[in-house]
Amino acid sequence: MLATKDLTIRFGGHAAVDGVSCAFEKGTLTSIVGPNGAGKTTYFNLISGQLPATSGTVTLDGRDITGLGASRRAHLGLGRAFQLTNLFPNLSALENVRLAVQVKSGKGLDLFSRALSHRELIDRAREHLVAVSLADRADAVAATLPHGDQRKLEVAILLALEPEVFMFDEPTAGMSIDEVPTVLDIIAAIKKRGDKTILLVEHKMDVVRSLSDRIVVLHQGKLVADGKPAEVINSDIVREAYLGGAVDA
Amino acid sequence: MVKQALRAILSDDLPRSRWLAVVLVAILVGLAVAPFLFPGAKSLNVAAKICVFIVLAASFDLLLGYTGIVSFAHTMFFGIGAYGVAIALTRMGASWAAVAVGVVAGLAVAIVLAAVIGLFSLRVRTIFFAMITLAVASAFAILASQLSDLTGGEDGLNYRLPAELRAPFSFGDTLFGVRLNGRLLDYYLVYLASVVLVLALLRIVNSPFGSVLMAIRENPFRAEAIGYRTVVYRTIASCIAAAAAALAGVLLALWSSQTNPDTTLSFDIMVDILLMVVIGGMGTMYGAVLGAVLLVFAQNYLQDLLAIAHKALAGVPLLANFFHPDRWLLWLGVAFILCVYFFPSGIVGRLRNRR
Repeated sequence: MLATKDLTIRFGGHAAVDGVSCAFEKGTLTSIVGPNGAGKTTYFNLISGQLPATSGTVTLDGRDITGLGASRRAHLGLGRAFQLTNLFPNLSALENVRLAVQVKSGKGLDLFSRALSHRELIDRAREHLVAVSLADRADAVAATLPHGDQRKLEVAILLALEPEVFMFDEPTAGMSIDEVPTVLDIIAAIKKRGDKTILLVEHKMDVVRSLSDRIVVLHQGKLVADGKPAEVINSDIVREAYLGGAVDA
Repeated sequence: MVKQALRAILSDDLPRSRWLAVVLVAILVGLAVAPFLFPGAKSLNVAAKICVFIVLAASFDLLLGYTGIVSFAHTMFFGIGAYGVAIALTRMGASWAAVAVGVVAGLAVAIVLAAVIGLFSLRVRTIFFAMITLAVASAFAILASQLSDLTGGEDGLNYRLPAELRAPFSFGDTLFGVRLNGRLLDYYLVYLASVVLVLALLRIVNSPFGSVLMAIRENPFRAEAIGYRTVVYRTIASCIAAAAAALAGVLLALWSSQTNPDTTLSFDIMVDILLMVVIGGMGTMYGAVLGAVLLVFAQNYLQDLLAIAHKALAGVPLLANFFHPDRWLLWLGVAFILCVYFFPSGIVGRLRNRR
């Protein structure tokens, strides 16, 4: 189980994430929603270790991981897909995924064998590319892929990490409509296995409604609502957070 | 079968360009037969320098081209290797035991120093790291010239090589008119060691470890996010590059029987190897080989070429001045600017992208 307790980060005087306590059970998909600037991505960054918390704790299966760096957390099973595509731009799509597979294999510090001689890593990377329907673009340089394919590659890297906790940050943002189902099907398939924790930041409410077991609402860095999709989406506080925020701006 | 063996030796990193393959074979064979094709002290000296600088540039490419680390302390490690052997040979006399002690001590100092610099400063941004290495390298160069009891100061050290590497040593009469003496043996020691070191570096950059280095060069933030501790990988890469540079220094010390700050620690050499890697093509290893050959050649023969041009143009007023041998640095500079302008991805990048 992944949990945060009173998790806070301040930039100067401004608390971007402000005392968020929340626990995420294995086998559930929790959507984190909120207006732009609510602190959703910052909350993700605190959980996966890209930013250090000002105060509060992050625990994974009871172990306090607040002080650990991003790479250590990745080894403990926190897998993160980024909102802004964040690939290895001049490497091939296959190599992008193979690098993620290689983390799992523990071969990163092998200086003396040939990388291409580890066929099993390459084969597994190919399987993940097949899963996101990118198999025919395996040799393409990542930076040359169209935006939608880069988003899929991002998901393939996350799959290759085989994490316990999947963190998707707007996985379908900027995708064309016919590409969205590929990604949603992958998330649904992970959920169906029932043993993984899934966190999803998403703006498309129909996606959130159909996939989520639970919705958490962030507003101005604070957790303001938490519950079943039907209850939360129709609650006053969510309407206020979204509509009120928009009016204020 | 042959292809398999070649892939194993080159660690799957084939030249991927017919012209590059031709040039590389020409360099390999040319350096192998250099003592017989171009007899004479100067040409043999140039050939040995080329071998040494190929290793030095290749080890710098591991840092700059593969890992994206900008370091100005690379000649410091080159100097540590050279001085290690030079000091040992000066103090202990001309023996192989002294060479062994010098190599081990030089390697140890280079690796420890690289690890310390790496762990303390590879977390900071590229530009700050570059500044730190510049400061450390300058401090080291000053230290080397001040500790004159140990290093001979500005004059450096002159020492005797082990007997087998000296001209009087003979292991036969002559072959194709070339005397089989210690200098020839010394040259082939340098040549073979260079080949082995370049192949070893080629293996490292094509290993699983090397693939992580390239990932770090491409996107250190993401490399960390998927689980690679970038500071550890960068530090190990620094240590390997430092060790290889130190070994290049050892080869230079074993070739020239004198070691001084100008030939091993100067900032000029740092700029030279930077140019070698950039002109050849960063992150390709073969580029370092090409760059080193070109630059060492230019440094040694451009003046001779200009002298010929100067003579030919003796009657023409302005032009003759332009081609005066003393202007060789100007022409070298022009050549580099054109090179970088027309081949931004280096010579190897250009050759590989020919279609």
